[in-house]
Amino acid sequence: MIGKFIRTALGMVLAIGIGSSSFAGEVEVLHYWTSGGEARSVAELKRLLEARGHTWKDMAVAGGGGESAATVLKSRVLAGNPPTAAQIKGPSIQEWGDEDVLASLNSVAEKNKWDDLLPRVVADVMKYDGDYVAVPVNVHRVNWMWVNPAVFEKAGATIPTTWDEFFVAADKIKAAGLIPVAHGGQAWQDATVFESVVLATGGAEFYRKAFVNLDSAALNSDTMVKSFETLRKIKSYTDKDAPGRDWNLATSMVINGKAGMQFMGDWAKGEFTAAGKAPGKDYECLPAPGTAGAFTFNIDSFIIFEGDDESSEAREAFAATIMEPEFQEVFNLNKGSIPARLNMPRDKFDSCAHDSMDTFVSSAKEGTLVPSMAHGMSTYGSVQGAIYDVVTEFYNSDTSATDAAKKLASGVQASRY
Amino acid sequence: MTDAQGNTIDTRARIGRILVYGTLILAASFYMLPLFVMVVTSLKSLDEIRLGNLLSLPDEVTFEAWGIAWSSACTGVTCGGLKGYFLNSVLIAVPAVAISTIIGAFNGYVMTKWRFRGSELFFGMLLIGTMIPFQVVLLPMAQTLGILGLSGTIPGLILVHVVYGIAFTTLFFRNYYVSVPDELVRAAMIDGAGFFRIFWRIILPVSIPIIVVSVIWQFTQIWNDFLFGVVYSSGDQQPLTVGLNNLVNTSTGVKQYNVDMAAAIIAALPTLLVYVVAGKYFVRGLTAGAVKG
Amino acid sequence: MSRVTQNKTEPGNRRRSFGDFIEASLPKLVVAPTFVITLIFIYGYIFLNGWLSFTKSRMLPKYKWAGTIQYERLFDNDRWWVAAKNLAIFGGLFIVICLALGLLLAILLDQRVRAEGAIRTIYLYPMALSFIVTGTAWKWILNPGLGLEKLVRDLGFESFSFDWLVDPEMAIYTVVIAGVWQASGFVMALFLAGLRGVDDSIIKAAQVDGASLPKIYWRIIIPSLRPVFFSALIILTHIAIKSFDLVIALTGGGPGYASDVPATFMYTFAFTRGQVGLGAASSMMMLAAVAAIIVPYLYSELRGKNHD
Repeated sequence: MIGKFIRTALGMVLAIGIGSSSFAGEVEVLHYWTSGGEARSVAELKRLLEARGHTWKDMAVAGGGGESAATVLKSRVLAGNPPTAAQIKGPSIQEWGDEDVLASLNSVAEKNKWDDLLPRVVADVMKYDGDYVAVPVNVHRVNWMWVNPAVFEKAGATIPTTWDEFFVAADKIKAAGLIPVAHGGQAWQDATVFESVVLATGGAEFYRKAFVNLDSAALNSDTMVKSFETLRKIKSYTDKDAPGRDWNLATSMVINGKAGMQFMGDWAKGEFTAAGKAPGKDYECLPAPGTAGAFTFNIDSFIIFEGDDESSEAREAFAATIMEPEFQEVFNLNKGSIPARLNMPRDKFDSCAHDSMDTFVSSAKEGTLVPSMAHGMSTYGSVQGAIYDVVTEFYNSDTSATDAAKKLASGVQASRY
Repeated sequence: MTDAQGNTIDTRARIGRILVYGTLILAASFYMLPLFVMVVTSLKSLDEIRLGNLLSLPDEVTFEAWGIAWSSACTGVTCGGLKGYFLNSVLIAVPAVAISTIIGAFNGYVMTKWRFRGSELFFGMLLIGTMIPFQVVLLPMAQTLGILGLSGTIPGLILVHVVYGIAFTTLFFRNYYVSVPDELVRAAMIDGAGFFRIFWRIILPVSIPIIVVSVIWQFTQIWNDFLFGVVYSSGDQQPLTVGLNNLVNTSTGVKQYNVDMAAAIIAALPTLLVYVVAGKYFVRGLTAGAVKG
Repeated sequence: MSRVTQNKTEPGNRRRSFGDFIEASLPKLVVAPTFVITLIFIYGYIFLNGWLSFTKSRMLPKYKWAGTIQYERLFDNDRWWVAAKNLAIFGGLFIVICLALGLLLAILLDQRVRAEGAIRTIYLYPMALSFIVTGTAWKWILNPGLGLEKLVRDLGFESFSFDWLVDPEMAIYTVVIAGVWQASGFVMALFLAGLRGVDDSIIKAAQVDGASLPKIYWRIIIPSLRPVFFSALIILTHIAIKSFDLVIALTGGGPGYASDVPATFMYTFAFTRGQVGLGAASSMMMLAAVAAIIVPYLYSELRGKNHD
């Protein structure tokens, strides 16, 4: 206790005197992985980095999809005191690139042949103006449907592969007195379900036109109206306690056999594993109805800030370690996602992960590999937020589908810069 | 009041007493409800929480959650529970409370005993400043702290808390010192005492109750603050609220509600203790004129 | 207005008059730091924020003038109007109920009740908790499937329903409940102190005149609590505006954005969505609304005081 006090007091004195506090070999990492499984994954990275002789300074800021972390990051950058690395993903990487504060990782990328190890789609997200500025940690698939087969059996229903089949199955489950769809009424969850519906209803091309190119005609189209209508119908198959429910509580409804299906990304798998359930036996993982062969991706990554020359070695070690097979394997086993790095050994991963890996490669070839709108991969925060507002308002009111599509188009245009 | 019909008075009084006590007890249960829920949940096992009722007493009391919350829950890469954050919060809160209280006392003293032209206006401006939502100052303050070289340090956080606490401490002390008779000050002046002497000899000795009020208020605000704490601290210097938030919020992990509740209570213990122990001085301090204009 | 300083005007002694000067300026010097701090960290930042509201700032602040585009965007935004309405509802109800409840409880506690200390502590302790803790605890209690509704139904009242938390129309009122729970005890303490400070002789005189207890309260005691109302109102308004943590923890702004308030709106747009300019515009609107109410009130209260 006293030792810590002295250390803190000295730290205060030094901090006043020096101001910035990064020195050679230290990597300060801002992230929002703080729970048991997440923390273990990050701890693995720390261990590997320290094995290479560098020190890890942890800057964990929990909170949903990293909102608090993003705020902290902006303040630190404004204060002229950015961390070494921060957990930022998707188009935000481009926004940070615009600010001229990121370090180029090209030397590490060339040395380790990242261009060969990453699919084109992934590599493009990590680059700003042709230079690597971010390093990918994993690839999540978002368009999954998690199913409890026992519930289907009890209701005499078949697991659906299209939305028409879904409504038949859902009616049967409802008639059997169970909840067809487990859902958590939070904006991001509403959006996650919605984007799978859009993908199924309009196909990958339409999805891209609407959520990546932000084309008004696509946003305010009949296909979009139909998607909204489907969303509302899905809502009628959720229970009335859904609003505000956390996603993992919805997953436990499926695990416990109270509900038949949940539309959620592959991090839900962690809940099944933690509850001791086995894929293929106690639960099934299938693509959301109508999205077979398509892959909605959500890639977690770290951006690295420019710093002094002394710590460049530490920075490069950080980036290199993340791309290494050892880290990629351990991290993704813990988290339920698949490695960003191609051609990794598959034996330790389960059947759902294998399915993910195969579809990841095939969808890239077929052009059905799309960025997740709901998880910040397809467009900027401001636009994503505008879409969220329209979808969640529609979900929680009786706005008509045609009005919603109109609002979607106008909201998106209003939030573009 | 006397009445020939003694019985009626008694019954009326008794009904009155029953109403008074009844209302008070009903209100008390309203106030105790959340604390009850939190304590009870922290003593249950996770299975019991999943299956059972929120407000039911635990079938089997277990303190496991408390141990985890204190020393082994994960808050990032480290899984050392909340105990590491405690000291940081103390290092931030104690100086900030002390400094803002002292400044508030002097401000209140000046505004009531040494008034000058514009002091009322100044006070008004100060009060308006309390209405500023803290999100507004987040980014500019970050830039300022960067310029001062205090970004990510404990002294930086202390500065922030002092700056935004001065308005309230001034409010408390000013309202209190108004009821200290001017004659005392005048008499001391005739005796030749100066600004500081008067403060030291006359004002300070009678200030104990309002110092308690100010300290309680500031301590609570600063100890419970999350926004400034998360944005202006880093790594090892993070305060308790940040640690609690990391513990309770997970993006993809399993939620341990009993640990969360235990952690929330642990984080709240110092302020709770302060209110329970110093509560009566609190009211006494307010009684002694803190609230009178 | 009386000045409590003396003027020493002995001629000739220059050192003493310099000391005089210091002595006379001492009060101003003492409050000078506060003055400077307020100027920079409050009004300076408000000005900065105002400037930002006229720029196109996105993720980080940029200071190039861009006209009123953010305000146009703001007024066109459905969610903003929901948030503004919610602040009016929440702020109004929160302040009024806290004042009323605090006053009522204080009057009751003033009746020479046994165990006053214990009861008072029970009313006061919620203020000790952070909003995050309060929000989380109430989120559980008000959850229809897990909390009160389930409990009452389990007790036998099958048709009892209390699902405000998940009802878009009613969600904001749950924030009122949690907020009142947190702050009314503090207000009670303020009023209790004020009541205790009322001069007994006036009350006794009124009683001799035959006035009933309720009438005494209404006519004499409550009006004399006007300064307490002042302090309580300032504190409550401050809390109402700051109630960002409470909304986030209790409803997350939901269902949808039905319980959004300007503070959460500003944070979401400025920080989460990288629209600093729009966020700045929303907080200027917030400040303007608050100033419109508070400034006249402050003016009347502070003007009308005589401290001689």
